[in-house]
Amino acid sequence: MSEKVLMKGNEAIAEAAILAGCRHYFGYPITPQTEIAAYMAKKMPKIGGTFLQAESEIAAINMVYGVSSTGKRVMTSSSSPGISLKSEGLSYLAGADLPALVVNVQRGGPGLGGIQPSQSDYFQATRGSGHGDYHMIVLAPASVQEMAELTVKGFELADKYRMTTMILADGTMGQMMEPVALDIEVKPMPEKPWAVTGTKMSRPHNIINSLFLSPDKLEQMNFERYERYAAIEKNEALYEEYMMEDAEICIAAFGIAARVSKNAINEARKEGIKVGLIRPITLWPFPKAPFENALKTVKEFISVELSMGQMIEDVRLSIDCRVPVTLCNRVGGMIPSPEQVLDAIRNAAKNGGNR
Amino acid sequence: MVVFDKPHALADVPMHYCPGCTHGIVHRLVAEVIDELGIEGKTIGIAPVGCSVMAYDYFNCDMIEAAHGRAPAVATGVKRSDPENHIVFTYQGDGDLASIGMAETVHAAARNENITVIFINNAIYGMTGGQMAPTSLPGQVTQTSPYGRDVSLCGYPIRVCEMLSQLEGPEYLERVTVNSVKAVKNAKKAIKKAFMNQVEGKGFSLVEVLSSCPTNWGLTPQKALKWIDEKMIPYYPLGVYKDRSAKEETK
Repeated sequence: MSEKVLMKGNEAIAEAAILAGCRHYFGYPITPQTEIAAYMAKKMPKIGGTFLQAESEIAAINMVYGVSSTGKRVMTSSSSPGISLKSEGLSYLAGADLPALVVNVQRGGPGLGGIQPSQSDYFQATRGSGHGDYHMIVLAPASVQEMAELTVKGFELADKYRMTTMILADGTMGQMMEPVALDIEVKPMPEKPWAVTGTKMSRPHNIINSLFLSPDKLEQMNFERYERYAAIEKNEALYEEYMMEDAEICIAAFGIAARVSKNAINEARKEGIKVGLIRPITLWPFPKAPFENALKTVKEFISVELSMGQMIEDVRLSIDCRVPVTLCNRVGGMIPSPEQVLDAIRNAAKNGGNR
Repeated sequence: MVVFDKPHALADVPMHYCPGCTHGIVHRLVAEVIDELGIEGKTIGIAPVGCSVMAYDYFNCDMIEAAHGRAPAVATGVKRSDPENHIVFTYQGDGDLASIGMAETVHAAARNENITVIFINNAIYGMTGGQMAPTSLPGQVTQTSPYGRDVSLCGYPIRVCEMLSQLEGPEYLERVTVNSVKAVKNAKKAIKKAFMNQVEGKGFSLVEVLSSCPTNWGLTPQKALKWIDEKMIPYYPLGVYKDRSAKEETK
C-alpha cells in the first residue's frame, strides 16, 4: 500500500497533471478553482515548467492551443463562467483535433451565479460547449483520489483520441481534503507526427487548422471525427455500480451527488428498500450499458443532480424512457441532503414503478 | 544566372489575394527574411482570421491557423513550449489585431513575449467584404460606414504603434509601408530587425505595415498606393515608435 498524503481536490489535480508530464499551465483567476493555479504557480518554475496567468480565459485557452499544437501536454482550469469564455477555444481545439486537459470546477449559474458547488454545466460539457459538431471526453470524479487518477487518465485519453478531456468537478470536490495515493501509473505519451515543432528542413510543413472551405472536405472531417467518437463510446465508458445486484430502484448520480446518494442508499437498505446506484464516471461517453442492464430489475430511476435536471435526459435516453425517471435535485449552490434523497427513494418504493 | 527567385520559405502555390493587394509583397518580405536568417526549419507561423487566413498554405515553415484575434495568445503558447528552439511569428490584419484581439495584442506586448508580429493595417476588413475597421480613417466610406466614418458615433481610428509604445514591455515597434520600392526596402529592414530581435531574445517586436486594399477601397491598384501616401500616412506617420535596445545603446 502506497503512502497517502492529505490534499485538497484542486491540488490533487495539479499534482497529478505534473505527474502526467504536463509542464504548461495557463489560467485566469476564478473561484472555486484558484488552488490549481496557485499550486502551478509555485511548482512549475521549480521543475522547468511554465505557469502563466493569462489576461483572460480566452487567452488562456488559446495559449493551450499553442502548446498543444507543438505536441506537449498542457492544461487550463476554470469555473463555469470562465468555461463559457473558453468555449470558443474548445471548439477550435476540436476542429484542429488537438489534445488538451481542461478542468471545470463548477459553480452555480447562469450568469455570474454564485461560488458554491453545482453540476449545472452538464449540458455545456457533454454537448461540446462551443459551436459545431463535436464532443469532449468528460470525466466526473467523486473523490480526491479520483481527481488525481482521472487527471492522468484525462491526458492519456486526450492524446489517444486527439481531443479535449474535461474534468467536470464541482466546488465540493475542489475544496475538500482527503488522503490521496499518488503512485499513479503514467503511460508513455504517443508519438505526435502532426505537431508543429519546426520542419528542421527535413519534412513538409505541418499545419494546425480548423478551416476547411470545401464543404466536401469539411463533411469528411466531421464524419471521421465521429467515427473516432463512436470508438470512444464503445471503449471508454466508465461507471461504478453500488448495490445494483437486486435493485428495484436505481439512483443515477455523479460527483458529490453520488456520495450523498450512497448515504441515502445505506439508510434505505436498512428499511428493506432494494435500491442501488449507477455512478457515471465518464459523462461523455455516457455509460448506457449499465442502465440497459439495470432494466432487468429496476422499476424506477432517480436522477440526483445539482442542476435543474440535465443528466436525467441521458438516463432517459439510455433506457428509451421504458420506466419512469424522476429528478431529485437542489441548485444554485445547494446540495441535496441524504434525507432528501432518502425521501425520494421511499417515494419511489411506495409507487413501485407506477408513475 | 538566376537574378531573381522565389524565397524558399514561400510556398510555390497560387495565392488568393486580389490584384494590387500588398499582402503578396509582405509575404515575400517575411519569407526573404526567414531565408536570410536561416530559420525556416525552426519557425512556426500563425495565421489570423481575415484575408491572410490561408497564409498557412503560403509559407513552407510549420503553420497554425488561430481563432480571430487570438494569434498572440497562440504564439505565446508555441513560444513558451520551447523558447530556445521555436521562432514564432504572427501575421495579423487590423480587425484581428486591433479590434477583436486587442487584449491579446496588448498583453503579449506588455509581457514582452519574445515573438514577432507582422501587422497589416489597410484600414478595412477585407475578407468579409469591406467593413469599417478599428483603423478606418475619419470619414472613410465602408460597407458599415456608408456615409463615412462618423467619429461622433463610432469613435476614432486606433494608432497601434503609438498606443503600444506607452507600455514598458515591448522591445520594438515600427510603422512602415510598401507602396514604393524605397518603402518596400525599408519595410524589409524593419521585418528583419523584428525577427533578429527574437533570435537574440530581445522580445516583442511588431512591424505595422500600411497596406493597400484596392478592391474594398474601390480604387485601382495604382491609386490605392497613392491613397496610402495621401490619406493613411498623415494619420499614421511612419517611423520607429520604440526600440529599447537602440535607446540603451545611445545612452
